[in-house]
Amino acid sequence: MSSVATAPKKGFDFKAFLANNGALVGLVILCLALFIATPRFLTGPNLLNIGIQVSTIAVMAFGMTFVIVAAGIDLSVGSVAALSAMGSSYAVTTAGLPDALAIPVGLAIGALSGWVTGAMSAYGKLPTFIASLAMLTVVRGLTLVISDGRPISTGSSVSWLGDDLGPIPMPIIILMLSGLLAAFVLNRTVMGKNAFAVGGNTEAARLSGIPVKRVLVTVFVISGLFAALSGMILAGRLDSAQPTLASGYELDAIAAVVIGGASLSGGVGRISGTLIGALVLAVIRNGLNLLSVSAFWQQVVIGAVIAIAVGFDVLRRKNVKH
Amino acid sequence: MSNDALLVLDKVCKSFGPVQVIDDVTVEVHAGKVSVLLGENGAGKSTLIKMIAGVHEPDAGQILFKGQPVRIRDTKTSEALGIATIHQELNLVPSMSIAENITLGRVPRKFGVINRREMRKIAREALAKLELDLDVNTPVGDLGLAQQQLVEIAKALSLDARVLILDEPTAALTTTEIEHLFSVINQLKAQGVGMVFISHHLDEIAAIGDFVNVLRDGKFIATVPADTEENELVRLMVGRDIDAQFPRVATEPGQNPLLSVQNLSDGRLDDISLEVRPGEVVALAGLMGAGRTELIRAIAGADKYTSGTVKVNGKKLASFDVAAATRAGIGHVPEDRKTQGLVLDASVAENIGYATMAATAKNGLVDRKGQKARAQKVAERLRIRMGNIDQPIRSLSGGNQQKAVFGRWFTAGAKVLLLDEPTRGVDVGAKVEIYELINEITASGGCVLMASSELPEVLGMSDRVVVMSQGRIAGELATPEATQDAIMALAISNVHREEEMGIK
Repeated sequence: MSSVATAPKKGFDFKAFLANNGALVGLVILCLALFIATPRFLTGPNLLNIGIQVSTIAVMAFGMTFVIVAAGIDLSVGSVAALSAMGSSYAVTTAGLPDALAIPVGLAIGALSGWVTGAMSAYGKLPTFIASLAMLTVVRGLTLVISDGRPISTGSSVSWLGDDLGPIPMPIIILMLSGLLAAFVLNRTVMGKNAFAVGGNTEAARLSGIPVKRVLVTVFVISGLFAALSGMILAGRLDSAQPTLASGYELDAIAAVVIGGASLSGGVGRISGTLIGALVLAVIRNGLNLLSVSAFWQQVVIGAVIAIAVGFDVLRRKNVKH
Repeated sequence: MSNDALLVLDKVCKSFGPVQVIDDVTVEVHAGKVSVLLGENGAGKSTLIKMIAGVHEPDAGQILFKGQPVRIRDTKTSEALGIATIHQELNLVPSMSIAENITLGRVPRKFGVINRREMRKIAREALAKLELDLDVNTPVGDLGLAQQQLVEIAKALSLDARVLILDEPTAALTTTEIEHLFSVINQLKAQGVGMVFISHHLDEIAAIGDFVNVLRDGKFIATVPADTEENELVRLMVGRDIDAQFPRVATEPGQNPLLSVQNLSDGRLDDISLEVRPGEVVALAGLMGAGRTELIRAIAGADKYTSGTVKVNGKKLASFDVAAATRAGIGHVPEDRKTQGLVLDASVAENIGYATMAATAKNGLVDRKGQKARAQKVAERLRIRMGNIDQPIRSLSGGNQQKAVFGRWFTAGAKVLLLDEPTRGVDVGAKVEIYELINEITASGGCVLMASSELPEVLGMSDRVVVMSQGRIAGELATPEATQDAIMALAISNVHREEEMGIK
């Protein structure tokens, strides 16, 4: 009866598409510009290279999306990636565990780190910013303790994560599989939908009987798992776990999520958006490299891009709500 | 009408995209008069106010200020003309003092440093205009809501406001506070300030208004004197006759209590016992801070309590466990739907579905089709007016948002509804629909415990009235015998002192 009032528009609403997919449109324009600017951009090897570059940040950012949707922030992911990579390598080399246990050990370390951060904020009432900031330092410190500040060889345990499967590099395959998994969990499971409710309005979620604290802990565990996976891909590509691995990656992961349209105040976010956000960052870096822009200037450009992308998003939201 | 109007919105129109929200409306504001804007939610009142405040400009028509056409491009222009708006959400900094708030943005300076003496003087003069006796050094956050509102009015006056827009100023005030506000408004009238007043309470209109501009669906309906009969005002506003404002249909209550609270105590609750039987509506009355909301929240599992028990159907509930309360059949419609009831970014369907999402899930996966179908069904049954079930709930009017919160508990099959100010900020038409929902619950064997500050609602919709005072139950009245005076007498009774003196 009520659908008469605003019948869904037939055909393609270009304006609405533009408003809802600003980051995607930006990415396409960016690619077109690079295609015109340099012949080296649109080549198979270069695109695969971008794919590999984007995979570590994107996988990490998938986990981050859960935390940000639940109105939190996870600054510890870079450190967690390093500790997981280090721990899994340590387990199979120094401790002599079978290779097959490398990935489970890494994931367990990621999940445990995430659980600690989540528990500190859910039960200890620390703001997620502070809890994860503390973990950023603690976990990085543990990484240095285990490794004594030196790289550990991964042996043959996780190096296959950096190899190719036929013509396609493994990191890209893992990127796609973990993206599908993340999107499925975020949109189809009770846990994922609860994260949206908790991030959108914690009190309303609680009064509806949603276990807010458990949801908060779970999103951090998920973030830890994805960070661990990302760390092991990185170690696999280098065939060794570096103690400074993924240092500072948390900021790129957050930037990817936010460029992808998630709101830092919670309740809004998409995995596809996060992937696009990570691609925007990777394509810009790649393009600037191809155009031989100095690494120093690259930082300036990337910072500006983050500000512009989120600025557009803020404007768009304002227009939607009057 | 006349040329001496301070401010005239002359045949203004406004569209947002294809939607015409204001269509050829004329409203006048006169010095020393209160001009009431009356209309249901969505009638266009807030858009009109925003035109005066410089947030929106009219597409057609003009705004006359003291007879001269003006363009109010932005809020600065509006302020410069001497127009001030007192919103429901106040624009004060809680951590700063009254004096600092009143002089915010125009702090008096001497040799480049803040002149505190001058600042306090400005603030004192502003408070004096309202005959307010407050220490200007008090942080605004320490004041009650009513006093904060008066500080905001004082701030507007110290900016030489000649036109004051009051957007539902009484929504969160108690009866005494409203009386005080009205005496302030009367003083302002005497000082020649022109006011625009918005309220959903028809009795207030007669008490304070001079004339009433009725809007419906963005169209101007009529300007009538403020002493027009309430039924007539409702008819103008809704466009049809509403048979009864309070359509309570009493049902024969069952024998065994559905909800029973025994000796419940906590910081602000003191030994509360009460029972609600199936088919009954029990109202909780009392002054602000009497403990009504605290009691409702404790029963719902939202807050901890230190001692006592809550039973549903004879089964004891764990303290501080919303999920357990929900499973036992309790549904809680909280006091403030925006901050406690709804996830505003989520869709109507999602908001309706929160209480049932986990229970209907299979292997941790949301039953998306089923959830949506159930939401659609309940939305139709509750006549929630919306474009479609997937639209963000933010875009619905207050009454329809509130119905969605009810819908959540209807879907969950709740038998015990705990309602906290169920019709706050809801227009007349939707109010009656919410009352009909209450009837439906009791007719189907459920029960309702309803905290309300609106005495007509308490008297009109309940079967029994439990009056609270200072965290205790001060007394109980059967609704047929209850009067506003009897309720108020209990509400202001000092239960603690009487006990000390051995009266009770």
